[in-house]
Amino acid sequence: MEEDHAFVERLRAGDEAAFDALVARHDAALRRVARTFVRTDAAADDVVQETWLGVVRGLSKFEERSSLRSWIFRILVNRAKTHATKDARNLPFSALEQGDRPAVEPAAFGLDGRWASAPPRLESDPETGLLSAELRTQLLSAVERLSPAQRVVITLRDLVGLPASEVCELLEVSDANQRVLLHRARARVRTALTPFVEVAS
Amino acid sequence: MMRWWRRRRHDHAADPLVCQEFVELVTDYLEGKLPDTDRTRFEAHLAECDGCAGYLEDMRRLVGSLNLVAEPPPDPETRQALTRAFRELRGDTEPRDGDLR
Repeated sequence: MEEDHAFVERLRAGDEAAFDALVARHDAALRRVARTFVRTDAAADDVVQETWLGVVRGLSKFEERSSLRSWIFRILVNRAKTHATKDARNLPFSALEQGDRPAVEPAAFGLDGRWASAPPRLESDPETGLLSAELRTQLLSAVERLSPAQRVVITLRDLVGLPASEVCELLEVSDANQRVLLHRARARVRTALTPFVEVAS
Repeated sequence: MMRWWRRRRHDHAADPLVCQEFVELVTDYLEGKLPDTDRTRFEAHLAECDGCAGYLEDMRRLVGSLNLVAEPPPDPETRQALTRAFRELRGDTEPRDGDLR
């Protein structure tokens, strides 16, 4: 990781190439996370721009107690929340206590709790061990259809790749709540991809 | 109607897991957060159930694929504007030792 003390020092010394590299690395992820808080792409662009300006202004005060990445996302979430409030959009976590829905529809199981028939498999690429290219194109739209709370958690954890501890801190949720949201989000994305699978008859 | 997924895990610590419970424990398992007793039951079920083994494998692939979603790089205009802002805003802050080259 470049994001260590030496990199922060380069930024503080005014190294424009370092700053440009930082923007290139995080800008799209910031935009994606911002979009989970605000209604429009334009508002997300504003939030991201303010975040970068906040980063530049705040560098001299950054105490390096968290990683640089986590500090940047902290600034983003704060700006995004301010925007979301102005925007009168409900913050994701007002929707936290939603119904306890199962990961898989109960109809998939028999009365004994076992699979009624083997669950459909997602089509994957034998070489890469990843989902097939076709299914991968469906992933983002499946994520975008999730509830705001599920969407922000799966975005930060699985798309951006932040560790659970950082996500809990950023969103001010407990570890258990974070995990429930992640669980529901992943299960719903799987369900959303399932109709694209050819079901063996 | 029985709601298997609501069953508290500790109620039947010794019972074998059924598929409907298994799918609800997948995330805790992948996150390394299952208590030992549950992990043992989870892995015992996994070893004997092809349906659940496939489900878990698909979840791993799903997460791995999400992680690799290609993000478009920001457009050059945005990057230039931000670099400009970096240059100018830094000028507003107090110079630090070593800044004046």
